[in-house]
Amino acid sequence: MFKILNIFNLLFLVSFAQAQVTKGSLLIKNGTILTVTKGNMENADLLVENGKITKMGKGLVAPAGTQTIDATGKFIMPGIIDAHSHIGIDVVNEASRPSTADVWVGDALDPLDLSIYRALAGGVTASHAMHGSANAVGGECETIKHRYGTLNPEEMRMEGAPRTIKFALGENPMRVHGEGNRIVPATRMGVEQIFRKGFEDAKAYMAAWDLYEKEKVKNPAALKPVYNKRHETMAEILKGNIIIHCHSYRSDEILMLLNVCKDYQIKRLVFQHTNEGFKVAPELAAYGAMASVFADWWAYKFEVYYSTAYNAAILTKNGVVTSINSDSEEYIRHLYHEAAKTQRYGSLSDEEALALITINPAKQLGIDQRVGSLEIGKDADIAIFDGHPLSIYAVPQFTIVDGVVRFNRSKDTADQRLRASATRAETGFFLHKEQHNHDRCLEGAFENTATFFGLERE
Amino acid sequence: MKINVVFTLIFTLALTHSFGQVKKSTKGTFALTNATIETVTKGTISGTLIISEGKITALGSNVTIPSGANVIDCKGMFIYPGMIDGGTELGIVEVSSISLTDDSDELGELTPHMEAISAFNTSATAVSVTRVDGITTTLVVPQGGLFPGTASLVNLVGYTPDQIYAGFKGVVLNFPGAGRRGFWDRRTDEELKKEEEKALKQLNDVWTEALYYVQVTDAAAKDPSIKVASNPEMARIAEVIRGKMTLLIETNKASDIEAAIKWAQDKKVAKVVLTGVAEGWRVADKIAKSGFPVITGPIIALPTRESDNYDKAYANPGIMSKAGVKVAIRTNDQENVRNLPFHAGFAAAYGMSKEDALKSVTIVPAEIFGVADKLGSLEVGKLASIMVTTGDPLEPKTQIKYLFIDGWIVPLDSRHIQLYEEFLNRSPGLKK
Repeated sequence: MFKILNIFNLLFLVSFAQAQVTKGSLLIKNGTILTVTKGNMENADLLVENGKITKMGKGLVAPAGTQTIDATGKFIMPGIIDAHSHIGIDVVNEASRPSTADVWVGDALDPLDLSIYRALAGGVTASHAMHGSANAVGGECETIKHRYGTLNPEEMRMEGAPRTIKFALGENPMRVHGEGNRIVPATRMGVEQIFRKGFEDAKAYMAAWDLYEKEKVKNPAALKPVYNKRHETMAEILKGNIIIHCHSYRSDEILMLLNVCKDYQIKRLVFQHTNEGFKVAPELAAYGAMASVFADWWAYKFEVYYSTAYNAAILTKNGVVTSINSDSEEYIRHLYHEAAKTQRYGSLSDEEALALITINPAKQLGIDQRVGSLEIGKDADIAIFDGHPLSIYAVPQFTIVDGVVRFNRSKDTADQRLRASATRAETGFFLHKEQHNHDRCLEGAFENTATFFGLERE
Repeated sequence: MKINVVFTLIFTLALTHSFGQVKKSTKGTFALTNATIETVTKGTISGTLIISEGKITALGSNVTIPSGANVIDCKGMFIYPGMIDGGTELGIVEVSSISLTDDSDELGELTPHMEAISAFNTSATAVSVTRVDGITTTLVVPQGGLFPGTASLVNLVGYTPDQIYAGFKGVVLNFPGAGRRGFWDRRTDEELKKEEEKALKQLNDVWTEALYYVQVTDAAAKDPSIKVASNPEMARIAEVIRGKMTLLIETNKASDIEAAIKWAQDKKVAKVVLTGVAEGWRVADKIAKSGFPVITGPIIALPTRESDNYDKAYANPGIMSKAGVKVAIRTNDQENVRNLPFHAGFAAAYGMSKEDALKSVTIVPAEIFGVADKLGSLEVGKLASIMVTTGDPLEPKTQIKYLFIDGWIVPLDSRHIQLYEEFLNRSPGLKK
């Protein structure tokens, strides 16, 4: 009996670990295809078979019974990717220490989050579910696909996406730990030393294990080093197996982390927010560090006071791989509009502007071989608009993930929640006065949630 | 020779640094020629628009250019009226997380006499950041409490309250609301009802006191022997009761909107504008029936309930407009009031006509504020608050080429633009 139960448990575990991803086939007919990487195709068709793009061109024919979407007069673009978001998770910050490299957002996925549907309604097919910015070293993040409808958290993960980790500079870790807990870091100097100590500890930890592995050969009774997940994770960064995504604003702190990474030969580095990235664009480009920015947020706290809405344009023209992110359950719904703002502020071309929300965030997450452009062999993650997506009047009509239509505007009905309250007939009325009040980067960093929501824009 | 060149260069640099670098607003006679003129109220005209003495003095296809006018060739360009944001905290909040730079919210529930315009920093960085995107006029609205203060309409050029004042003031009432504010709100239904009743009673008590104040001051006007102690709070509300000032009623939840309409009708408030009105779409017919105009926004926002369609905030202005409500659009923002045209654009994308969307940020707010004789459209005799653009101002791609506010040609300069010019090709670059 015991054995049978164990086998059952094992099967259960295996089925969870390798969730079956739902994939679809469909034919999109007669639209304008914006490939982003390989120009545009007018009056063209796009064939999807078993979740992958298999053909693009004119007069394509699909096997009988394949679902067909008439895209006459419509624009077909790659599914939008948000390189900085906090949707689809039910906790954001483990705000108990300046470094919590041992925690992982992937342990807290929430497939029932309605924000996923709302993001789909803005053409967004994948996002980077990030740890918050309370700690200098937050935790590992998870790249998710917006497979809204699944109840299985495992099916949310983008299978095969590289590991990423959240770092944070400046006011947020300084406030939470320096001001709040009276421990280092209270300054940007202190923040630097959290990283340096973390990497030194990781090096010592790796050396201890290397020594043990050698000794074990001679002496089977050799003492094992104590397992430490925090050091393990930092060591994986040093080995190049985890991409750093660092919350940052001021140019000095950006250069600081750049120098730390130089000292430890860490190459995979993406700055998040990066409001003053424009000031150090040549340094970022020379190092190969990338930048994920807001289109126009500024002045809500002092470290973003000297920002400019031309940031994305300056970074792009200086050769930095740049994306525009949301960091917000509201902004994620109109990243196509946020990208369009770079045409007002810096006159980027259509292709440059669209790259900011497709292929560039894909590069930053290390998933550009799979998504981020419309190419044969890539995942069929697609958004279809009724007008050019950079026009203010364009409305997303269909959003497709792995060939499955996950959003269809003509079939949108009022209540799209997967989890309705059994105890409340009426859902809460929730007025979002200013959407960036709800920057979730510091969510959970203070014990009392109500107090947190009373705070202005943190 | 080399030294001379270097010297001359240094000298030139020093000169340009000392003089002529600061761009200032100026006034004069201007002829904007060969333009497509979108009047908003009287159709589209191809031709010339003349600005003189701060006003639009002529426009049309057959216009004589006054001698000495500065001629600006607008071939291929469009002229629109400057946009009006019907609700902002621009100028009274500099950096919102630093409380001492936030002048929007005075202590107390009953502070209707607080003047937003007194705290408006005409040199706030966000002022020039806002106007270069064609927003020429904003309503500055105090926040917090039952009667937070008096809002003022301002033109975004000038250095003193007198220079910026655009001719409208309104007393703000945050109409008592009911309901949970989010998932963390654990109040029971009974507690909520009690709090709602308490807040409404507080409002009615204030109103009764103000009515009494009106009676006493009316009597005092006739009888010098009656002395009335200074009461700036009641004096301000009395102006609303006397019909001299508009009451801007902020209300968002559907049931609150209905309650606010009923309350204003019961009290026979003469001049009422409903603001916020996030759930106006649920009660659009009732708002239309009341005849009260609406200033709604932000439009680019989440729906107010999880059980609503994802696009309800976008669709709200269009639904109200179709029901016959007079709708103006606001950002309700601080530093990003520049997004006003995009809020109007989203309203248009989700159901409002493009024409009405443009009107909701031009002539409609001008009418609501009673300044349509001066602002909101391109007509002879109106103030020259004008933007010259490369296209539809609601489209992000469109560039603004010239800007006039209240008759002044305003330089297209802001810190965001200065940083762009400094850092696009940084010097020194990677190597010093």
